[in-house]
Amino acid sequence: MSKETFMPIRYSFPFLVISVWFFVALFAGSLPLHSDAMMLDRILFPPEGSAWLGYDDLGRSIAERLVLGARTSFLVAIFVVSISFIMGTTVGVMAAWFGGWWDKVTVLVIDIFIAFPGILLAIALSGLMGPGIMNAVVALSVVGWVGFARLARAQTLTIKHREHVLAAQALGTGTAHIAVCHILPVIMAPLIIEATFAIAGTVIAEASLSFLGLGVQPPDPSWGSMIRDGARFMLVAPHMVLAPGMTILLVVLSINLLGDTLRDKMDVRSKAKN
Amino acid sequence: MLNYLGSRLFTALLVVIGVMTIVFMLIHVVPGDPVEVMLGESARAADREALRETLGLNLPLSVQWINYVNGLLHLDLGTSLHTKRPVVNILSERIPATSLLAGTSILIALIIALPLGVLAAVRKGSIWDKVAMTFSMLGVAIPNFWMGPLLILIFSLWLGWFPVSGKDQFLSLVLPAVTLGTALAAILSRMIRASLLEVLDEDYIRAANARGLMPSSVIWKHALKNAALPVVTILGMQLGALLAGAVITETVFSWPGIGQLTIEAIQKRDYPVVQSCVLLISLCYVFVNLLTDLAYAYLDPRVSLNE
Repeated sequence: MSKETFMPIRYSFPFLVISVWFFVALFAGSLPLHSDAMMLDRILFPPEGSAWLGYDDLGRSIAERLVLGARTSFLVAIFVVSISFIMGTTVGVMAAWFGGWWDKVTVLVIDIFIAFPGILLAIALSGLMGPGIMNAVVALSVVGWVGFARLARAQTLTIKHREHVLAAQALGTGTAHIAVCHILPVIMAPLIIEATFAIAGTVIAEASLSFLGLGVQPPDPSWGSMIRDGARFMLVAPHMVLAPGMTILLVVLSINLLGDTLRDKMDVRSKAKN
Repeated sequence: MLNYLGSRLFTALLVVIGVMTIVFMLIHVVPGDPVEVMLGESARAADREALRETLGLNLPLSVQWINYVNGLLHLDLGTSLHTKRPVVNILSERIPATSLLAGTSILIALIIALPLGVLAAVRKGSIWDKVAMTFSMLGVAIPNFWMGPLLILIFSLWLGWFPVSGKDQFLSLVLPAVTLGTALAAILSRMIRASLLEVLDEDYIRAANARGLMPSSVIWKHALKNAALPVVTILGMQLGALLAGAVITETVFSWPGIGQLTIEAIQKRDYPVVQSCVLLISLCYVFVNLLTDLAYAYLDPRVSLNE
C-alpha cells in the first residue's frame, strides 16, 4: 500500500545522473576532448572559467578526464555485469534444474568463491595477471558471476514445480526451451534488480582496482586512479580528489536508488514468497 | 543438532580445501612464465631454473598441490621472494595491526548503527528514519578510498587533530577505523532496522506492550534480543566486506597490516606473500562465518530441526 505521492526528486535525480553518465560514456570518443593535453602553466590550478573543475598535477583538465573516466567505468560495468549475468544465470538455472550431484557441486563451488571476501580475489587476480583494463574485467567477472548463480538457482528451485513448467515437461518440450521460455521470464525480475546493484558494485570495484593501480593504466583516466593521483596533492589541490569522488558517489547513489525503485515496482519480495 | 554440526563442519572443510586450491592456482594464472615475470627477461637460464626449483614449479601440478597443502598443514607458507624471510613470520608481524583495526571498526560500526537502526525502526517514517536511511544510502555509495582521503583532508590537514598516516601513535587508529566503521555502519543500521521492524510485528511484542511494560524495556529486552540473531549473521558476513575494505583502507593510511602487505606484495610480484595474504584473509572469513552459523544454531533451536 504505497502512497500515490509524486516524488520528483527520488525518481528524476537518479534518472538524470544515470542518463548523463550513459550519454557521456557513449559519446566521449567523439567529443573534442584533450584529456591528455598538459597545460604546464596551469598545474594544480583550482576551478576557473575555462576548466570548471580545475587542473591536475600535470596541468590536465579534470572535467575532461572525468568524462573519459565515465566511459571507462561504464564500459567495465556493462561488460562485467553482462558476462556475470549470463554465466551466473546459466550455471544457477542448470544447477537447480538438474539437481543431484550437479547441484551439490555447483553449490560447493559457489560457497568456495563466496569465501573470498569482497573484491579480494579480484585484487589478487588482476594483480597477478598484470595491471590493465582487460584483466580487471576478467578478474571482476570471475568474482561477479557468483551472486547471479546463487539467485538464479534459488529462484529456479521455487518455480521448478509450477504447473506451467510441469505442463511443458509433460508435452515433451526440450530442456533448453523450458529454461529459456518458461523459467527465465519468471525469474527475470529479481535478476534484473541484482544486475542493477551489481552495476553499482562494479563501478566501485573498478575504481578500487584503478585506485590500487591495478585497473586502467596511465595516461588513460579512471575515477579511481584520479583519486589516487589527487591524494598526493590534497593540501594544495583538494579539487583533484573531491571531483572524481563526488562523481562516483553520485553515480553509485543513483544506481542504488534506481535499484530500490525497481525493487518496489516489481515487488520482488512478495513474489519470492509464493 | 549433531547432524547439523557434522554437515556444517564437513561443508566448511570442503570450502577450505577449495579456497586452498584456488589460492594455489593463483600463481598459475600469471601470464606466460611466472619465473620470467619475477626475474625479468634478462635473467640467466641457470637462475631461472634455480628459482623454478625453489618454487617447485618444475614438478607435476598434482605433486605441487600436495606439497602446497602439506606445507600449509605444517604452517609453512614458503619464503618471500623479496625479503627471503619465511612468509609465516612476515604475516604474524602484520596480523595484530589488522586485528586492531578490524576490531575498532566493528566497535565504531555498532556504536553508530545500533542507536540509528533502532531509532529508525521504532520511529518508522519519521525524520529520524529518513536521516538514518540517508546515512545508510550515502555510506554504501561512498567508497573507502574516497572516504579515507576526505577524512585526512578535513581532520588531519585542515583541523590537525589526527596524524595523516602510519601507526606511530594511538590517534593514528582513529581515521582508518572510522573509514571502515562508517561503511559497515551504513549496512548494519539498515539491517538492524529491517530485522527490528519484522520482530515488532510479532505477537509477543504486542503482548509485552499490552502488559504495560515500559516501551524502552519492550524494545531493548524483548524486540532487540530476537532481532539480534539475523543481525549477528549479517555482521559475520559483512566481516568479509570489512576485510576487503581493510586492503584499501590500509593502503590509504599506510597502516602496516595484512591489507597493505597484500598490495605491497602485488607491486613487488612477491607471489608467495600475495597467496598467503589472500589465504589468511579468506580462511579467517570462513572461520568467522562457521562460528556465527554454529552460534546461531545453538541459540535458535529451529535451525537444527531443518537439517
